[in-house]
Amino acid sequence: MKQKFNIITSTCVPLPLENVDTDQIIPARFLKATDKEGFGDNLFRDWRYDKNGEPIKDFVLNNPTYGGCILVAGKNFGSGSSREHAAWAIAGYGFRVVISSFFADIHKQNELNNFVLPVVVSEDFLKELFDTIANDPKTLVEVDLPQQTVTNKATGRQEHFEINGYKKHCLVNGLDDIDFLVASKDKIEAWEKK
Amino acid sequence: MNTLFDKIWDAHVVQQVADGPTQLYIDRLYCHEVTSPQAFDGMRARGLKCFRPERIYCMPDHNTPTHDQDKPIEDPVSRKQVDTLERNAREFGLSHFGMMSPKNGIIHVVGPERGLSLPGMTIVCGDSHTSTHGAMGAVAFGIGTSEVEMVMASQCILQMKPKSMRITINGQLGKGVTAKDVALYLMAQLTTSGATGYFVEYAGEVVRNMSMEGRLTLCNLSIEMGARGGFVAPDETTFEYLKGREYAPKGEAWDKAVAYWKTLQSDATAIYDKELIFDAKDIEPRVTYGTNPGMGIGITESIPSTGDSNFGKALQYMGFEAGEKLLGKPVDYVFLGACTNGRIEDFRAFASIVKARKKADNVIAWLVPGSWEVSHQIKAEGIDEVLRAAGFEIRQPGCSACLAMNDDKVPAGKYCLSTSNRNFEGRQGPGARTLLCSPLVAAAAAVTGVITDPRELL
Repeated sequence: MKQKFNIITSTCVPLPLENVDTDQIIPARFLKATDKEGFGDNLFRDWRYDKNGEPIKDFVLNNPTYGGCILVAGKNFGSGSSREHAAWAIAGYGFRVVISSFFADIHKQNELNNFVLPVVVSEDFLKELFDTIANDPKTLVEVDLPQQTVTNKATGRQEHFEINGYKKHCLVNGLDDIDFLVASKDKIEAWEKK
Repeated sequence: MNTLFDKIWDAHVVQQVADGPTQLYIDRLYCHEVTSPQAFDGMRARGLKCFRPERIYCMPDHNTPTHDQDKPIEDPVSRKQVDTLERNAREFGLSHFGMMSPKNGIIHVVGPERGLSLPGMTIVCGDSHTSTHGAMGAVAFGIGTSEVEMVMASQCILQMKPKSMRITINGQLGKGVTAKDVALYLMAQLTTSGATGYFVEYAGEVVRNMSMEGRLTLCNLSIEMGARGGFVAPDETTFEYLKGREYAPKGEAWDKAVAYWKTLQSDATAIYDKELIFDAKDIEPRVTYGTNPGMGIGITESIPSTGDSNFGKALQYMGFEAGEKLLGKPVDYVFLGACTNGRIEDFRAFASIVKARKKADNVIAWLVPGSWEVSHQIKAEGIDEVLRAAGFEIRQPGCSACLAMNDDKVPAGKYCLSTSNRNFEGRQGPGARTLLCSPLVAAAAAVTGVITDPRELL
């Protein structure tokens, strides 16, 4: 899971829906595993497959026109359940970046903790990106974590995105929070004695 | 001048990470079987032990069947997940309330009722409805599995401090209007992302007059407005509820605790990042019509004629038309339970409507207590007899049809009036159509077979 993150340039998979909740990203009946493997196969399961398990042709993941490791979604992505299985499904499918104008709090953190980068862009940028991808599915987007910029290569439009310095350091260097916390044992014990 | 949220948060800061999150000490971690196994695996892979095992409580609730809990779970995958929690708890030396233990139930029902969730605490669980425990006057929030592992490893979590919001509800709730209706009203006002990034303090006359059960319902649903958590400052209602509970302090420790808890108030001049004020007279019994909890209306109202970009897709899924009324529409299933409405007061409310009436023949009803404690109280108060006489049976405790990880699944296309917390597509089973409501609205539908204003039956 720990993957160092730098600059990613890729085509995008567009999902122009708002309020995509984590029950849609991975339905509850697929949460019974006791490991992190295989969730990508059931990403967006009930939009992607019919009740007989046949691919639903007009869903974007079943459309060979679109591909790449960047998912572009409508605002309020990842609302609802805190299930980290949603982030495992996104990472397991092969996405490294999710671009949206707004993320639900817990899901955003879950993505970061699995080395998937949530990139918050303006509504305008998002709309233009959806339009550009609709016109040309081969549109490339560049996400530069060190510079904190996201660029629509078709139009040249670029935006700065926010990420705190600590988490950026973790992603760029492939470190996680547990490494940090375990190393702070003395501070925790000092706090407990207060 | 500080908000209560600031005071509890600040009291738990171990350190502020430079250009980063706060390292926050966590008083209580709850673990259920769905979001913990990968965290335990992570601990094993790193060769770590739980840093403060005595602060961690485990119990299965999502997969538990609501019948024959004394027998092994039929679904082998569910059984493995439940067994894995028990094995992990034993290996890591953690308290575990297994299936059939008198202490078992839904984590968010058990924590408060056992006195494990107390005012002033920081409380987390790998479950978004951890916000429930905020009703005790605690800072409680849902986390992911990586964060569960952080707390196991260090009893700490790294978090950016949320902004603060106060929601004040003035006035008196009308007849038949419950805490659930207040929450559904707030979601419709704020939308499902209106409180994202915030921690909400609920205040005002309506909240002060609410029972603990009502406050637990209200705080439970904070996440459905996008809020990280919601809480109510502790008061006599809180102390009265906690006194004598199994894990609550006793004797001298109790007096000392109450003296401290009484200080847990926002300062009169505290400044919130956002303030919202509502009036109880604007709230009637409510029901949702769409596929997120913010898509709701007063029960006598009509579905709006337009909505956001998901509106058409949602109505198509639900089989409803824009502009139509929901009153009188037939119902197939009724679900009373979940961490939202699986407490004793919810069963009392349901019984108050179905008493001396009969379950409608077209309705399948699942009545699922939130815990064995609730189940026993239902019997002790004779509510079980009232329900049985009306044609209902009471099942065994668990999360049940709220997310249908066990056998309690609503079939595709069927309508379920549900006291749970989410009406997302497929939440209660693939293709199931969920309408969220209070126990009173659920009960009115259960006896009439159609969506009914409960005020007509009270």
